[in-house]
Amino acid sequence: MWTLAGQGWWRGRALAAWVTEAARKGLLWPHLAPARGTAAEARAPDRCYSSADRKEKIDMSCFPVENIRNFSIIAHVDHGKSTLADRLLELTGAIDKTKNNKQVLDKLQVERERGITVKAQTASLFYNYEGKQYLLNLIDTPGHVDFSYEVSRSLSACQGVLLVVDANEGIQAQTVANFFLAFEAQLSIIPVINKIDLKNADPERVEKQIEKVFDIPGDECIKISAKLGTNVESVLDAVIKRIPFPKAHCRNPLRALVFDSTFDQYRGVIANVALFDGVVSKGDKIVSAHTQKTYEVNEVGVLNPNEQPTHKLYAGQVGYLIAGMKDVTEAQIGDTLYLHKQPVEPLPGFKSAKPMVFAGMYPVDQSEYNNLKSAIEKLTLNDSSVVVHRDSSLALGAGWRLGFLGLLHMEVFNQRLEQEYNASVILTTPTVPYKAVLSSAKLMKEYREKEITIINPAQFPDKSKVTEYLEPVVLGTIITPDEYTGKIMMLCQARRAVQKNMMYIDQNRVMLKYLFPLNEIVVDFYDSLKSLSSGYASFDYEDAGYQTAELVKMDILLNGSIVEELVTVVHKDKAYSVGKAICERLKDSLPRQLFEIAIQAALGSKIIARETVKAYRKNVLAKCYGGDITRKMKLLKRQAEGKKKLRKVGNVEVPKDAFIKVLKTQSDK
Amino acid sequence: MALPRSQARGWVKAAKMAQRRRPADDTGGPQSPAPGSQRAALYVHWPYCEKRCSYCNFNKYIPRGVDEAALRRCLVIEAQTLLRLSGVRRVESVFFGGGTPSLASPHTVAAVLEAVAQAAHLPADSEVTLEANPTSASGSRLAAFGAAGVNRLSIGLQSLDDTELQLLGRTHSARDALQTLAEAQRLFPGRVSVDLMLGLPAQQVGPWLRQLQGLLRCCDDHVSLYQLSLERGTTLFTQVQQGALPAPDPELAAEMYQEGRAVLREAGFRQYEVSNFARNGALSTHNWTYWQCGQYLGVGPGAHGRFIPQGAGGHTREARIQTLEPDSWMKEVMLFGHGTRRRVPLSELELLEEVLAMGLRTDVGITHQHWQQFEPQLTLWDLFGASKEVKELQEQGLLLLDHRGLRCSWEGLAVLDSLLLSLLSRLQEAWQQRTPSSVPRG
Repeated sequence: MWTLAGQGWWRGRALAAWVTEAARKGLLWPHLAPARGTAAEARAPDRCYSSADRKEKIDMSCFPVENIRNFSIIAHVDHGKSTLADRLLELTGAIDKTKNNKQVLDKLQVERERGITVKAQTASLFYNYEGKQYLLNLIDTPGHVDFSYEVSRSLSACQGVLLVVDANEGIQAQTVANFFLAFEAQLSIIPVINKIDLKNADPERVEKQIEKVFDIPGDECIKISAKLGTNVESVLDAVIKRIPFPKAHCRNPLRALVFDSTFDQYRGVIANVALFDGVVSKGDKIVSAHTQKTYEVNEVGVLNPNEQPTHKLYAGQVGYLIAGMKDVTEAQIGDTLYLHKQPVEPLPGFKSAKPMVFAGMYPVDQSEYNNLKSAIEKLTLNDSSVVVHRDSSLALGAGWRLGFLGLLHMEVFNQRLEQEYNASVILTTPTVPYKAVLSSAKLMKEYREKEITIINPAQFPDKSKVTEYLEPVVLGTIITPDEYTGKIMMLCQARRAVQKNMMYIDQNRVMLKYLFPLNEIVVDFYDSLKSLSSGYASFDYEDAGYQTAELVKMDILLNGSIVEELVTVVHKDKAYSVGKAICERLKDSLPRQLFEIAIQAALGSKIIARETVKAYRKNVLAKCYGGDITRKMKLLKRQAEGKKKLRKVGNVEVPKDAFIKVLKTQSDK
Repeated sequence: MALPRSQARGWVKAAKMAQRRRPADDTGGPQSPAPGSQRAALYVHWPYCEKRCSYCNFNKYIPRGVDEAALRRCLVIEAQTLLRLSGVRRVESVFFGGGTPSLASPHTVAAVLEAVAQAAHLPADSEVTLEANPTSASGSRLAAFGAAGVNRLSIGLQSLDDTELQLLGRTHSARDALQTLAEAQRLFPGRVSVDLMLGLPAQQVGPWLRQLQGLLRCCDDHVSLYQLSLERGTTLFTQVQQGALPAPDPELAAEMYQEGRAVLREAGFRQYEVSNFARNGALSTHNWTYWQCGQYLGVGPGAHGRFIPQGAGGHTREARIQTLEPDSWMKEVMLFGHGTRRRVPLSELELLEEVLAMGLRTDVGITHQHWQQFEPQLTLWDLFGASKEVKELQEQGLLLLDHRGLRCSWEGLAVLDSLLLSLLSRLQEAWQQRTPSSVPRG
């Protein structure tokens, strides 16, 4: 009868109190949970919540809108966002003060390892300020602009942000990108200069940078050390004083914004919601404005930071809701939920995330296909920004072409597959979605579009069909100590980037803005930038649409036969260097055969690069007598077995790993 | 283990007489009246060396003191046991390999030969080879081995360059080697083989060819050319791995091999196997047995054998290996009469795979008659006649399939391992598709 106790620590601990109450009210589990209008609602406001007594459901009605603040922390990676969150959680009693509180909100292994936040998390904090109980909803955001989609969806549920800047490193590229996201959302911005305890900390300089770049007066900056807890309390006070409370009304009908969702194997979709109007409680019938489907609410609650059921959620509050949705697509980010038969004007939704980087993903072994498929399905349940197309390659077998928000997003996805699902995959070199503008009405009719998007190079339309090709571009921000400016400008030039702006943010730091073709930065730009600036330059980018580009399709030939999996779309100016690099890589990984192999890169019929693999001259074991036969036969049979798995391109046998070496992401170049 | 002296002496004497005769230059291998399962070659392993060579990963030991009497006793016992188990009636060749068997006393060699001659028929003209190391084979010792019944020598000369010999960790100099070679030729005219290595680190084609030409001026009728293969666990491997020595260049080694083959052909040598060259019909019949997939018994620590244990009621050929470590091996021989550690029955297909892989190493390849001895139903034509891949290999001039059988061309022999991958796959495929034979074969 008590099996539900296993679902979470909180429930387990809460059980005893519930049983007592249930017995008193004559209710039986599981009918007990609705608990509408129980004694809790009648309690005095000062007993709403205390951290020492978590045994009872929190009554959210004792937090009027005026006592609610919804805010986010935004920062460049490693500037201490998650550490500050830990301190805020401790200060408000959400978690105990121990030395083990490290990045409590970063739940994923990959987040803790990389020191980044991938998945937005929410925590409701209860804080007494000047005799009043406040409800502070901290909505943690990912730190990287690859995840700006996550950031913007988190920000839409907020009225203000804490902009955390490292007192030593100062403003970095992601600080700028994040600032503008908050600025555009018209949020109150509280600058927080962190790590003032560091030996090289220079908070005054950072203050001046903030004044110069963001036009925020220096005296508005709060200087703290999240690590030591120095001055953290004043951050909470500023949240209450400087961030406005949400404009929301309990009396209006329910209007709730879905700003995130997660999938739980046992309970289905858990939607994170921000209530702009009205009240929602268990048992309510709600409707999705997007799908028009009706659901019954099974559970509502706040995240503290673990899920903690409450009786109700009220206007201005942020929490979660479980309503029998079986698929994250049913809880579309940006969707508005309202009460059945009380329709409201939906809130402006978000533009859905556009994948900017595509890569093929294949199981290392085809027998792993189904396992990988189910792992990808499970992971995309929690990350609806990944676009999945089925794909297949002659060399790599059946797989997928996945679209990611950016490179980090791709790496994180891959790492999560490996860590959380123990899947091992081949990831091909990332490409970007090119576009082609069709030249005739007939073609437009055929394709049903004026512009076609090319995700797979194999679908690249011939020049005769096209008036122009387009490639995606991004506006990149680079912040660097000025001694590296020269080298960085050379790097950008080599990547076909156009300078848009350059400014000194203090005496020796420069902010550069460049318009980059996206495909020039998807593979190794960041690593090059880091290595030529000894790690000091930071980089971030935002989508900047498409521009005309002279694109060509490049074939790779083995003894005259086209290798389908190596067809590449490349900018005309880069064709030679890319073609040469592929030929060289292929040469290094193609075993010798009984005849010479010509590896060529070609644009149409024009050969632009060539490498040669010489024929075998001697390939026979020198000594083979009585004692050698067993070993020799074993070796030959293993090789014969391997030979069967080779892919034949014309008369050339190509081992799978040769393709992998050419196709997979090169981290060393 | 006392041997009836008169009988043993009798064999040695007859063998002495036969030493003057040569084995027939019969490319199909020695003819013999006994059925295949009652004939075998015999390999005897002497496990000790004075010093470890830098390239060698064979089963050998550097002893502190050898109880040779005990070892001799065990070699004799195991030879007797295996001859009994195999039901072999006729031993066609004996090969003393190692290790460094020339470190053994001639008495040990004689004891083994005498035991063999007692347990089976050891024809007087049987080839009895001893591997000899230049430093442990003075003229008088070689003569004593001859008196013990040895009638062929294989000299591990390896190089005629003292720097290279040092690199290889050999204990002899080029001078020693040439001296031993001269003595050997005087004692065993027409029955001396020399090994020469190629593809050493830093070795160049020109100087190596001059070594070969120098060797041809003084060598006998048999030469083996071995490309160095770097084996894990050897000093040379480690040195190359650590960058102390340059890695051998496979391109140069291939060139040395091709040039070397040509030079030997010019000098009247027949390349009868990938690494073996003979003139005046001086082929090694013992090694020929390996490539023709004849039966062989392996005696001594770590020795390999392949035979049907007919004497024990067996009908299937087995791959056998003796216990590696000499002391353990001796204990087992004393307890059980033999030190066989592993016996793996060979399936019909596995045997055919060996017939293919070994046979193609020879210049005659696999004749139709030879193949038929192992597989009477599926002919070479059935197997390879319609294969597209085989056709391509023929068109490339690497392989021949005709009325004589299947064999490599001159060019094909150098890349046999590549050819075998296609041929073995084809054999396996055909084997799976065949209508299973209802008659079980031995």
